Amino acid sequence: MTKLLEVKGLHAGYGQTKVLHGIDFSIDEGSVTTLLGANGAGKTTTLRALCGMIRRSGDILLSGEQINRKQTEDIVRVGVAHVPDGRGTFTRQTVEENLQLGAMARSDKAGIAQDLELVFSYFPILKERRTQQAGLLSGGEQQMLAVGRALMLRPKLMLLDEPSFGLAPMITREIFEIFRELNRKEKVSMLVVEQNAQIALELADQAYLLETGRIVFSGRADDIRDDENLRKAYLGY
Amino acid sequence: MELFVQQVIAGISTGSIYACVALAIVMIYVAIGHLNFAQGEMAMFSTFIAWQLITWGVPYWVAFFLTIAISFVAGIVIERVIFKPLDNAPILSHVVMFIALLTIITSAAGFIWDFSIKTFPSPFGSAPLFGSSLISAHQAGMMVVTLILLLALFFFFRYTRVGLALRASADNPVSARLVGIRVSWMIALGWGLATAIGAVAGMMVAPVVFLEPNMMLGILTYGFAGAVLGGLSSPGGAVLGGFIVGVVENLAGTFIPVIGGELKLTIALCIIILVLVLKPGGLFGRATIQRV
Amino acid sequence: MSVNLEEAAEHPAVAVDIETRPLGRDRTLKILFGILIFVVAIALPFVTKSFFVFQVTMVMIYAIAILGLNLLTGFNGQFSLGHAAFYAIGAYTAAILMDKAGISYVWTLPVAGIVCFVFGFLFGLPALRLEGIYLALATFALSVATPQILKLSPLEHWTGGVQGIVIMKPDAPFGLPLNQDQWLYFFTLIVTAIMFWMASNMLRSRTGRAMMAIRDNPIASRSMGVNNSLYKATTFGISATYTGIAGALGAIVVQFVAPDSFTVVLSIALLVGLVVGGVGWIPGAFFGGLFVLFVPNIAESISKGLSGAFYGLILMLLVFIMPTGVAGFLALIRHKVLRRGA
Repeated sequence: MTKLLEVKGLHAGYGQTKVLHGIDFSIDEGSVTTLLGANGAGKTTTLRALCGMIRRSGDILLSGEQINRKQTEDIVRVGVAHVPDGRGTFTRQTVEENLQLGAMARSDKAGIAQDLELVFSYFPILKERRTQQAGLLSGGEQQMLAVGRALMLRPKLMLLDEPSFGLAPMITREIFEIFRELNRKEKVSMLVVEQNAQIALELADQAYLLETGRIVFSGRADDIRDDENLRKAYLGY
Repeated sequence: MELFVQQVIAGISTGSIYACVALAIVMIYVAIGHLNFAQGEMAMFSTFIAWQLITWGVPYWVAFFLTIAISFVAGIVIERVIFKPLDNAPILSHVVMFIALLTIITSAAGFIWDFSIKTFPSPFGSAPLFGSSLISAHQAGMMVVTLILLLALFFFFRYTRVGLALRASADNPVSARLVGIRVSWMIALGWGLATAIGAVAGMMVAPVVFLEPNMMLGILTYGFAGAVLGGLSSPGGAVLGGFIVGVVENLAGTFIPVIGGELKLTIALCIIILVLVLKPGGLFGRATIQRV
Repeated sequence: MSVNLEEAAEHPAVAVDIETRPLGRDRTLKILFGILIFVVAIALPFVTKSFFVFQVTMVMIYAIAILGLNLLTGFNGQFSLGHAAFYAIGAYTAAILMDKAGISYVWTLPVAGIVCFVFGFLFGLPALRLEGIYLALATFALSVATPQILKLSPLEHWTGGVQGIVIMKPDAPFGLPLNQDQWLYFFTLIVTAIMFWMASNMLRSRTGRAMMAIRDNPIASRSMGVNNSLYKATTFGISATYTGIAGALGAIVVQFVAPDSFTVVLSIALLVGLVVGGVGWIPGAFFGGLFVLFVPNIAESISKGLSGAFYGLILMLLVFIMPTGVAGFLALIRHKVLRRGA
């Protein structure tokens, strides 16, 4: 299988505080990879570093192309869609405008219109609310909107930052079901960062465990799920 | 009653000045998220450029559009050179920067063109409109220009991708970068647009109030008042707010005895504050909704 | 600076420490500084010219006024472009009491403080509903209105209208061997010391913590049982008290009050002084006072015709070099020195 993303020796942090101490990982084309760890392990920081939102060093190769010097805007343009923590809703714009904004980096009008319908087919509730101010949506709906916005880029790789955060278990399940479908049908590769390890491991093919800025374990998601000792030691379930 | 009607019409006619300025203020607020205290002085400087061009013999409309273009570029340059490096600085530092810019521009204009009062031509003529002494052809023309500007902006923001990108950058800059919008250039573009609109406002106002380095001082205050009254997020509201301020100012000056005349500005501001206390988002502004 | 700013942006706690404790928590350093300043302050009026003594007195007066603004903006998060109004109220209170009622200048200060507290508190009540830019506009209106109200003919008997009021310079009491300027300097110095001491005590108290909690997170502070409205209005009152006492001192030292000394220009000058000194750092007010008093003169000495432009340029440079004021600048220097030492 070809590698979509390869990360080698990634360091990053905020100002004087270092958070990541040289991590290596990779994502296979068409797969779902999950990054697990406790609060403060550096999961969100990893995603931010990939997108160039914070200062970082190390190699980041997307389909073999080095992107570690690129600006955030340019990384988006090569097909990396980031669903940030807090969902990043454009609260004062309408639902539809939020989705249109997701396609800002594209210029194929027909394709954009088509993908808008695609998003609506996955998330019918967004179609119902398309003219509503996005800030008025519920947490779950905003999460759907964030995923929809990312899809509008027609990304190669989608970075999902704690999609289950603040959602009712039912809705989390529903959203993860849609992730699975997106991965199978639309061939979107995903990197999912989660605290809810159980549900993330069900979705993922590959998993990495992060602890205080270092990767302490990597392997197939199934293996981790089946290894009780590992689960108890790192994931607490 | 007749006096009342007369004063209302006179108020609308001065209100058109404020409306034009208020529109420029709201534009930059939408684009950069705070008020530009130096906006009036920037508009004044643009107007001086137009005056200089006309004095050199450039036809009015050529000078008009040339000034708009120059102002647009100047706005972008000012943002790039002065404000971009302050990206992370606190809001108050920005406010102080505006104050610095304001004093520099006023002083420079006085130095180049001196402080004497200059007349500025009107493309619409200064004859009374329909023989009525209450409103001149120029003021009617100014209202039309303001309206055209408002419509153009409405379409730009509502129906173009760049307009949407501008709104998104102001709404949520982090997210905007994550969908590939070059936020830093959007801010510069917002400055360019606001400066260009300010130039239009200045060139429209100058035939009425005469051109001199301090010409925008009072007007800007009324413009701010109109913009805030109408709601800073709403260009249409700002225009209406400008007209309301004009009418209120005129009526207060005429009908409130003893303290009329001199205290016109104060009274207008007090009424506006009263409105704000009762309706903090402005009359037409969208209330910001925040989940806790 | 960029590294520090970035850090500050992401870790508010670090930012607060950088900006409010540029000298760190080192006690000996502080005591040494204190002694040095004390000696200089006592010796100054005996070794310099009378006009310079007057200027330094004015710096202290502006520092008190800026401290008042800092209490409001730096520690409570409310904006004001209207503090010239409170300065004017303080100045006129002192002038009228001395001119009409023949009250000693010393007693005009507490009266001015009380009057300004009442005005500030009352103004703060409606201002509660206004935030950010709206509050800026409301306070700006106050600034615009003040000189116009002072000129009103019905009040002319008290205010002296456009002409203002001239008052007498007080002599040194108890037969102290000081001339009037020297005495006023020491008088102002004592008042300044008391005002700053009270401010730093208040900020360390329950009240101070409540004020800062409101600034940092109004929703959280309310949910912890802080009465936001009461505290915000009270802070407005206290802030006005400081600025008003500064105004009263200013009237006594300048010996003259007139409406046009208290325009919006003064409000803006105080705000600029606040930012230059460092928002949220108490001693910053002195640097602000220095700026307010001396920089316009410096600009004028560079070029008469372009003095405004040079004032603006100096201001711009300062903001570029120290975006968080003198406070942030000192913190940066200390940071560098410490790192070299370590």
